[in-house]
Amino acid sequence: MGFISNYIRTVFTSIKSLLIGMKRTGYYFTHHSEIITQNYPENRDSLNLPERFRGEVVLLHDEKNEHRCTGCTACELACPNGTIKIVTKFDISPEGKKKKALDTFIYHLELCTMCNLCIEACPTDAIKMAQNFEHSVYDRSLLTKTLNKPGSKIMEGVE
Amino acid sequence: MISIEKITSSIHLKLSESFSPMIVTLVEMTIIGIFVLTLFAMLGLILVFMERKVSAYMQIRIGPNRVGYRGTAQTLADTIKLLVKEGLTPDGADKFLFNFAPFIVMIGAMLLMAPIPFARNVQIWDLNIGVLYITAVSSISVIGILMAGWSSNNKYSLLGAMRSGAQIVSYELSAGLAILSIVILTGSLKISDIIASQQNGWWIFKGHIPAMISFVIFIIAVTAETNRAPFDMAEAESELTAGFHTEYSGMKFALFFLAEYVNIFIVCAIGATLFLGGWMPLHFGSWQVFNHIMDFIPSSIWFMGKTFALIFLIMWFRWSFPRLRIDQLLNLEWKYLLPIGMLNLLLMTLVAIMGWYVK
Repeated sequence: MGFISNYIRTVFTSIKSLLIGMKRTGYYFTHHSEIITQNYPENRDSLNLPERFRGEVVLLHDEKNEHRCTGCTACELACPNGTIKIVTKFDISPEGKKKKALDTFIYHLELCTMCNLCIEACPTDAIKMAQNFEHSVYDRSLLTKTLNKPGSKIMEGVE
Repeated sequence: MISIEKITSSIHLKLSESFSPMIVTLVEMTIIGIFVLTLFAMLGLILVFMERKVSAYMQIRIGPNRVGYRGTAQTLADTIKLLVKEGLTPDGADKFLFNFAPFIVMIGAMLLMAPIPFARNVQIWDLNIGVLYITAVSSISVIGILMAGWSSNNKYSLLGAMRSGAQIVSYELSAGLAILSIVILTGSLKISDIIASQQNGWWIFKGHIPAMISFVIFIIAVTAETNRAPFDMAEAESELTAGFHTEYSGMKFALFFLAEYVNIFIVCAIGATLFLGGWMPLHFGSWQVFNHIMDFIPSSIWFMGKTFALIFLIMWFRWSFPRLRIDQLLNLEWKYLLPIGMLNLLLMTLVAIMGWYVK
């Protein structure tokens, strides 16, 4: 008898679980507000990108044209495919001490796979992933970018 | 009121006035042939679009929405694309069988159109063994699939065809048993008799629980017979590229694709005829007023409505359920559907003999 009751139970539990699945898809079928597809070229002005979407690496600057990059090259070391190249220089502080600082932050967008490892490696949270994804240009060399703005310097107090 | 019945009979009268009966038959057969071909093309376009839209909404997407008004011309554009593509025949293939197979599948689907009642008294051929004809002819398509798979000279195609053979042959048993239970209630194999017996209510309501069980078995079995997910072992995109039609391209591929959708329409039409009363409006025993209101809706709309409701159900299955492995597929048939179907048939016979169903 154990076999028979097991058999019947299998039939009913499987029908029940199939109905649960159908209920879910039926819910999505009737609730069109749940649709996550974006009509991209039309809704370009009102794009609703997810928070974790990764478009390109940017170096954050504040209104005084200051960034937080110390030139430690942690991001360059973390990058799996040589996308980032940091050129450093030595600043002379008012006390006459030499201090390593960022000269140029070279970012090869054409090599970047948006893996987010550089952002995780950065000890001072200087870089972050931006959401801009319209990168197409006619010349490949335009994809090699210098991320630090001209004349920018390191923020006070960031070591 | 204009009805398809009146149009067909007036055409028949007009032709009979000026031609001999032989020529009238020939002309009418030609008209019906053109009608069936047009219906096939329309069904292909509509069902593919419906499938894509239904799947899109069930997966929280939008689906085709660029070509034509809200994407309605998408399938037309796809058809044109397939028409202009090259129909390639592989070097190692058996040329004759390879090129013949799509037509076998298509002819099998076309033959099944004959006993389907599209509206009141509108049926291409109301033969007295309609149900037997349907079960017999629906097995032809498996020959086409086996032919396609074997002649392609491709391991994926062969595997897909073999799976398809095992699947269709086993699931035909349950579908046949489910159909038989309605034949027992009606006592006739003629499609028009089966519909006439549902004058005071559809069999799915009148036959109580056994009828509902056979309806469920029928729907599962025909989903498997049409090779659709969750029973798409014959195509199995993930493991056999495209199964039996891996080597097909262009219009020959389109014929397989079309035959799949036409087969869905046909099995759903048969299901609607047997269990949901075909073109018969929704009637309840002695509710005179309700029955009269329902009679105002044309019979062709009833038929199409029921058929498309069943098609939607089968699409719903496809986009909700996970696929079965081949052993699970055969387990489901031989361990569950067949024994339950046999017991159900016995129960149905008891119900019919004792007269427990609603007369």
